[in-house]
Amino acid sequence: MAKELNIFVENRPGRLRSVAGVLSEKKINVRTMTLQDRGEYGLMKMIVDKPEAAHLALADKGFACALKDILAISLKDKPGSFLKLADVFMKHNVNILDAYGFVLQSSKEAVFCVEVKNAPAIKKVLIKEGFKVLEEELYEF
Amino acid sequence: MDINFWDKEIETIDKAALKALQLKRLKETVSYALKTTFYKSRLKKAGINSSDDIKHWEDYKKIPLTTKDDLRECYPNGLLAVDMQEVVRLHTSSGTTGTPTVIYHTKSDINHWAELVARSIVATGATNKDVFQNMMSYGMFTGGLGLHYGAEKVGMTVIPMGGGNTKRQIQLMKDFGSTVLHVTPSYILHIHSKLEECGVGLNDLKLKKAYLGAEPYSENTRKKVEHLFKMDVYNSYGLSEMNGPGVAFECVHKCGMHVWEDTYLLEVVDPKTGGSLGEDKEGEIVLTNLNRRATPLLRYRTRDIAFIYKGLCGCKRTHRRISRITGRTDDMLIINGVNVYPSQIEEVIMRIPEVGTNYQIYLEKEGTLDKLIVKVEIYSKMFRGDISEIDALKSRIIEELRASIIIHPTVELHEPGALPVFEGKAKRVVDNRVKL
Repeated sequence: MAKELNIFVENRPGRLRSVAGVLSEKKINVRTMTLQDRGEYGLMKMIVDKPEAAHLALADKGFACALKDILAISLKDKPGSFLKLADVFMKHNVNILDAYGFVLQSSKEAVFCVEVKNAPAIKKVLIKEGFKVLEEELYEF
Repeated sequence: MDINFWDKEIETIDKAALKALQLKRLKETVSYALKTTFYKSRLKKAGINSSDDIKHWEDYKKIPLTTKDDLRECYPNGLLAVDMQEVVRLHTSSGTTGTPTVIYHTKSDINHWAELVARSIVATGATNKDVFQNMMSYGMFTGGLGLHYGAEKVGMTVIPMGGGNTKRQIQLMKDFGSTVLHVTPSYILHIHSKLEECGVGLNDLKLKKAYLGAEPYSENTRKKVEHLFKMDVYNSYGLSEMNGPGVAFECVHKCGMHVWEDTYLLEVVDPKTGGSLGEDKEGEIVLTNLNRRATPLLRYRTRDIAFIYKGLCGCKRTHRRISRITGRTDDMLIINGVNVYPSQIEEVIMRIPEVGTNYQIYLEKEGTLDKLIVKVEIYSKMFRGDISEIDALKSRIIEELRASIIIHPTVELHEPGALPVFEGKAKRVVDNRVKL
């Protein structure tokens, strides 16, 4: 299962900098990130190349952070591919807790990261439906 | 200036007769106190085995002081002196560390209390022609019910509105021509700021008087409220351990609050040693309730700091006057009229595993009202990476604090280590309120 790094951060200047500082020091590469914002605080969600090392480094500095299993679904970077995935989600009654996407290789491959309940079961469904669900490959591009 | 009396004989009693009455009532109170498990052992140790051991007025000094901690240890019935069947009401207050305190009242206790409040109301010149709007909370808080019973006894038209709901307060003041208010200083100023918004001017109101209490305030604030509303403001003092409001009240001279000494034996002690201080010295107010059967309290340390005024008041009442409360001997906070101890907040925070043990309490003014901000840190080991859990945690802290201290706080969640760490004694309370 692909790992997503979640970090609780206060919404004030300098907080992203301190997270970035820790990651840079440990030579960790950020593949993508998104923010779940609640005004006074928020959650940074990151896909990094070394999730365990990043988690340890941040926890060591006192950050409230956690690794979470997500589905990183590989999609062709072209019209209609997202519709195919959405159809599968609808067909199997999958409810999405949180999601974001990014391009891995322009015009070739994109990744849709989804947080769902019961991820292992849905992973099986997706594979059966012909999707590629990324794990280590996600970090190593 | 017209001086009205509710009970002129008692209110103008001479010193010798007052002392005789106090001695008689102290003996009665001691005999009731000896029926409680707490005082039975406490008084015995002090050599008081029956009310006959109190022979002279000065003998009250033989009685040891009683503290709030004693009250807590007595919860729920260590200080109950009558059969539960005789109790018609009880008031509890939430304790500083989760242990509450309780005061029981018999029917006659409630009646005595209402008498004192009626006496206080009449001393301010109010009569049965007045319309009395009670903006203090009803329920366990004694401010609401205390004034209510006294005002009914006087025969006033009582509007038992309780606290909050500003628009409705203003509407009622206008529709029924309220003439006398009972309210906290911060709330009456808040009401003033909302009058225009409600399209109500002073000419639409018939206000004559307001009784301000439950929060400390200065002479300047009295003048400000009097100026803003063109009404007279009277200072009120009470505490739930001594019934509630009606312990001391200002008369029309507005120069200190008359302590109703036929019911309250008044002393001022050194807060550090508990030793008696001279008449004119500022110190901790110690009171004995001489007229309560269900929960006798002897020489109770109020933790309120004040001094006694010298000389006789122009109203000819012989009962001595105390100053405004100038401070506290403990760390109690008064937030919009509600008493809160920082330890109550700490107790709530400590039982929530998802937050750390470091916390801070901020007090700010929002308009004229107090705002309580509790800052806590997320505990990293309990963090699982879900924002919905964080949101739920915040709601839960707010709800648990509200249940414990009655006030609705603002809760701020911080990163672990974000709050200042103190070496030695932590400064957890930051009070940025401008004093009223």
